[in-house]
Amino acid sequence: MFTKIMVPVDLPHAARLERALQVAADLAGLYQAEVCYVAVTASTPGPKGRNPEEFAKSLESFASSQGATHGHRSSSRAMVSTDPSIDMDDTLLKACKETGADLVVMASHVPNVADTLFPSHGGKIARKAGVSVMVVREG
Amino acid sequence: MTEETASQGIPEPEGEAAVIETDYDVGQDNVEGSVGPFGFDIHNPVFMISGLTVAGFVFYTLAFHSQSEVIFSWLFDVVTKGFDWFFIGVANIFVLFCLFLIVSPWGKVRLGGSDATPDYTYMGWFSMLFAAGMGIGLMFFGVSEPMTHFSSAFGGVEMGEDGLRSDWSPLGGAAGNQYEAMRLGMAATIFHWGLHPWAIYAVVALALALFSYNKGLPLTIRSAFYPLLGERVWGWWGHVIDTLAVFATLFGLATSLGFGATQASAGLNELFGFPVGAATEVVLITGITAIALVSVLRGLDGGVKVLSEINMALAFLLLFFVLLVGPTLALLKGFVESMGAYFQYLPALSNPVGRADTNFMQGWTSFYWAWWISWSPFVGMFIARVSRGRTVREFLICVLLIPSLVCVLWMSIFGGTAISQVINDGYTVAQDAALELQLFKMLDIMPLASMTSLVGIVLVMVFFITSSDSGSLVIDTITAGGKVDAPVSQRVFWCVLEGAVAIVLLLGGGLGALQAMVLSTGLPFALVLLLMCWAILRGLMNERRQLKATEI
Repeated sequence: MFTKIMVPVDLPHAARLERALQVAADLAGLYQAEVCYVAVTASTPGPKGRNPEEFAKSLESFASSQGATHGHRSSSRAMVSTDPSIDMDDTLLKACKETGADLVVMASHVPNVADTLFPSHGGKIARKAGVSVMVVREG
Repeated sequence: MTEETASQGIPEPEGEAAVIETDYDVGQDNVEGSVGPFGFDIHNPVFMISGLTVAGFVFYTLAFHSQSEVIFSWLFDVVTKGFDWFFIGVANIFVLFCLFLIVSPWGKVRLGGSDATPDYTYMGWFSMLFAAGMGIGLMFFGVSEPMTHFSSAFGGVEMGEDGLRSDWSPLGGAAGNQYEAMRLGMAATIFHWGLHPWAIYAVVALALALFSYNKGLPLTIRSAFYPLLGERVWGWWGHVIDTLAVFATLFGLATSLGFGATQASAGLNELFGFPVGAATEVVLITGITAIALVSVLRGLDGGVKVLSEINMALAFLLLFFVLLVGPTLALLKGFVESMGAYFQYLPALSNPVGRADTNFMQGWTSFYWAWWISWSPFVGMFIARVSRGRTVREFLICVLLIPSLVCVLWMSIFGGTAISQVINDGYTVAQDAALELQLFKMLDIMPLASMTSLVGIVLVMVFFITSSDSGSLVIDTITAGGKVDAPVSQRVFWCVLEGAVAIVLLLGGGLGALQAMVLSTGLPFALVLLLMCWAILRGLMNERRQLKATEI
């Protein structure tokens, strides 16, 4: 059914994505699919890397530790954006095309009033992506 | 989760660069949480201190209006008059420093590591340079400044009763000599808008870009002080530096937004008969802030960049229109002559000591230098944000030389046309008009006046919007400890606060007092910039060493 599952991760807050990561791992097991962890960084220094290269390394080690824990094939792709707070959705959609993923599993918060001003990433991706998208509520 | 087990890896930028080893992680002092449904991610304590300081100063200015005015204008006088030699001296150092870097071997160092590629095209980059820090000024002073210097130079030297010069003409003036007065007027204007201001911006921008992209330190003002203060920069020293930068940026933007609204409403009244008054001004500030908010929500690429490019195109259209419709050949000749005059008078104009033209030197030059320097944390940081991937040489040519050349072109075409109207046509309406109307009065007697005036007003508004937007971006990044991916609601907060402060000060009085206060911050920042030059040198030397080591 699915061969490559893309999982967008907010690397500094990966602990909050427990359910989405678990679901992705379960599906990967079920379909023998590869999980590709995608994260977006700015080119400026951030908590998970002082430059994009370092960030990509952090993501790579995160991906391989996920793969080792859950026993599925894993890969990673770090995306660089000049303004990640705003361009997150477009960058993720681009990553979805570039990685050739056929399923996106991503965490999202329970909708609230703030969504009218700042729509959730999960909602936007589900609306725009050409592939199946599974939005997992993280409470 | 496995997050903690993920190793941080060995610092390794794109290609070669020498990352500074520090135990500080970007965002380690940040506090995350949410207010209702809106998340936040702010630096503790810079966000709180900055917010409280802003509130405190607004309250003080409103509550003790006359006292604050006396204190702040006294401070401002001390700064621009007492330290005129210092401002003029350090600005010269910045220009020489930048010119030196262009030709030095350090010019080869690339911001972001040797393999980094630029984030923006020349066009987008270039437009944003003007959008943040200088666009509005060019609109307001393009006609009025050359005209003012021309008039005062033509008037010649006058002595006051105290034996000091009471005239405002630059240097020795050019009494009764139209041609020489024009040359001196253009030289003085270009002096204020050419190499010196851009060198001031370039120093700050280069320091921040270098320490952030190559050295791996967070993108905030304090990072440039790492070579000087070491790890202490993450403590109170750094908090004070960052807070000062937020303070100067927010009040600088709010006061110019307040004054800008007053001027824009006068312009709208003149052109379309809109009523003048607080109501129009409040509506204008609200409108500009609202559009800036939309731009904020569209982000750097979809907001500021797009607006900047539109504005750049519009500004060039207006420039070419004036060039073609005005005395074209004389203007082109004037451009070359103005350049010549600039270089001829540059040594005298930039001389910091022993000047007789006290009024001009303190009231114009020293004022401008304080102004540019107090804006430099904001503009410099914004320029740094969009300059990754350029070499130091490319960066300085594009941030120093080309913008200076554009300013010369702008000033010589707008100023030249206005002066030619006075000399050749005897049309003095523009000369006599209020500052904010001079551009429109000049356009008045050219063809398609209603259309070009409208373009002029749109340009002023959009430059305000891009300044407000990029200012919110910069303040947010500083108060988020250098994180650029903090929740957008924070940018919205700063953008709204800036508009609110402008309205409160406009209605309650105190715009002038606080602007004097902001300009006074130019003095400590001038010192800060000097230290930055030293930090840049050390950083670049270290970077070159690293490059050479890997080449061998």
